[in-house]
Amino acid sequence: MVPMTTEGPSFASAAAPSRARRVATWLHARPRTQLRLLLAAPLLWLVLVYIGSLAILLLNAFWTSDSFTGKVNPFDWSLDAFVQIFSNDVYRTIAVRTLGMAVLVTVTAALLAFPIAYYMARVASPRMRRLLVVAVLMPLWASYLVKIFAWRTILQGNGVLAWVLSPFGISGPGTDELMNSWLVFTYLWLPYMILPIYAGLERVPSSLLEASADLGARAGTTFRRVVLPLVIPALVAGSIFTFSLTLGDYIVPDLVSDAKFIGNVIYDNSALGQFPVAAAYSMLPILIVVGYLLVARRLGAFESL
Amino acid sequence: MRSIRTTALFVSVGMVTAACGTSLPSGMLDKLGEGEGELNLVIWAGYAEDGSAYPEFDWVTPFEEETGCIVNSTPMADSAAGVQLLRSGEYDGGSFSGNATDRLMAAGDVAPVNVDLLPNYANVFAGLKNQAHNSLDGVPYGVPHGRGPNLLIWNTEEVDEQTTWDGIWENAGDYEGKLSIFDSQDFIADAALHIMASDDDMGITNPYQLTQEQFDAAIALLEAQFEHGPQFWSGATFTEQITAFAAGDVTIGTTWQFQVNSLAAEGAPVKAIKPAEGTTGWSDTWMIASDAANPNCMYKWMNHMMSAEANGQATVYFGEAPTSQQACDYAETIAPGHCEQTHATDEPYWEDIWYWSTARKDCGDEDANTTCVDYDGWVEAWTTLRGG
Repeated sequence: MVPMTTEGPSFASAAAPSRARRVATWLHARPRTQLRLLLAAPLLWLVLVYIGSLAILLLNAFWTSDSFTGKVNPFDWSLDAFVQIFSNDVYRTIAVRTLGMAVLVTVTAALLAFPIAYYMARVASPRMRRLLVVAVLMPLWASYLVKIFAWRTILQGNGVLAWVLSPFGISGPGTDELMNSWLVFTYLWLPYMILPIYAGLERVPSSLLEASADLGARAGTTFRRVVLPLVIPALVAGSIFTFSLTLGDYIVPDLVSDAKFIGNVIYDNSALGQFPVAAAYSMLPILIVVGYLLVARRLGAFESL
Repeated sequence: MRSIRTTALFVSVGMVTAACGTSLPSGMLDKLGEGEGELNLVIWAGYAEDGSAYPEFDWVTPFEEETGCIVNSTPMADSAAGVQLLRSGEYDGGSFSGNATDRLMAAGDVAPVNVDLLPNYANVFAGLKNQAHNSLDGVPYGVPHGRGPNLLIWNTEEVDEQTTWDGIWENAGDYEGKLSIFDSQDFIADAALHIMASDDDMGITNPYQLTQEQFDAAIALLEAQFEHGPQFWSGATFTEQITAFAAGDVTIGTTWQFQVNSLAAEGAPVKAIKPAEGTTGWSDTWMIASDAANPNCMYKWMNHMMSAEANGQATVYFGEAPTSQQACDYAETIAPGHCEQTHATDEPYWEDIWYWSTARKDCGDEDANTTCVDYDGWVEAWTTLRGG
């Protein structure tokens, strides 16, 4: 037994290093092949699994489905789904509603986030700053669904809000109002806006503010002409999150309101087997977000992420 | 919510399979073997209770103990959603209403059933066998689970006694924001049924097969109703309807006997009837997927669901009509009067109940001259109503 065990590894170790070394030597002379091999697996994942599945999904938009059984006929090309979306006003109404909500949520989040981020970055003591960073991050530890359901219990007919408002003779909003989504979206995405702005403000050197003051600018002017231009990229970076997350969400509108968003129409149609319509309509948010990202890139948002 | 998430997952899987594969209708099982140890079902909520909701209602645990088939079930929101769930290929079968069974059979998603392998099939009421919604060319494609009507429900303290569907249509304005409506394109049939009874000129003979003119009339009726801010419930959210009625958030609407029973148990002041016009309803069928991974477990389940104990319990739990005299007898022991209440053997009662069925372009008849609004049209109309 003993000679066997010593002989085994020694035999292997005699052959293996030389083979590995040969491969290593061969690779050493070819840095590009090294890189290709390194990237092969993640690229394969990206192209096949990620983009491939997306492509199949989008291809559905150009196929027909049987009007009775609802089965998709692959490679039976047709633009019916697009005709349906363009000829029926409801799809435009829903798109405008969703886009409007995404803009509204982004603006609200920015207005709320800026003072908080400013206080954190420039006013608060280091101890207070740490506490605030933790406080801003804390909600992200809880599940998104738990937070939505918490809002449901706040908003619903005999919920917390109705109880608070009842002494003033105002009834609660219930879970049917479109504007509930505004409230809940703003709450959900606020940390994603605060953190980039906070990081952006922290990077603004104090010397610039002092220089501005030395040159006679008042606080308002300094803010408008020095601080704001410097944190615009951070603001845009934050808005990418608030805007695209709102644009794609279908669970919030479903649970706290009665309104249909783009995501709900896509979800409903795919759940009902209307894949061509669902796929055709999903191109809209994709196009909007791609456009938004292109603009954001021009504004330098990606440098501040 | 978990179910929405998993549904989304299955739908995306379904999209890929729908894009790549065509399922071949496979033949019947000719011999019953050992159970595979697992069974995955698409169900109407409440059709596979394991005692976790109410300990006394448990027909899953005895099945699991007897066959070793562990049951996993996913509830569907409505029939169309159930069809897509089954097509994901993740399921061995499920309980489907007529507007899912017709599409599943036509598309070959479900397999014919060898009823000789199911001893309990012999006990099932003859009137439920070999119907259009559960067989194709005389070959059974499933076994009956139970049937029931969609009912009109109202809060007896807030709403006067009702006899017709007028309360949710012509008089909907009296219950501004307090209407509770089934959230599915299938509800268009309820509007059509009301027109069928109230407006002879429209010439509706079947609330599921509507010409463009008849369809537009039904949509107009729904639009008028939607002006009054109805609230919505579905097969996935019907417990919310119970909460809403109990809290007084809604006072009148459509419902199932299940919600009525739950509300009555809570002592809520509600009453439900089958209105004079008749109503829509369902006659549900357990079907086996043509690509079922666990066919033996599915056959055992189908047989189990026709047993006196399981069918008796399940139909009492949901408040629908049992499918055999044996099940009726068992149901009497846990809910006296159940079979009489649900009209299990009272055939005339079912004559004005239109079981859910799918809209077809050719109106589902022989007449080549008439064309009807197809199912895609129903779905789009519902999207328009709900999204506008």
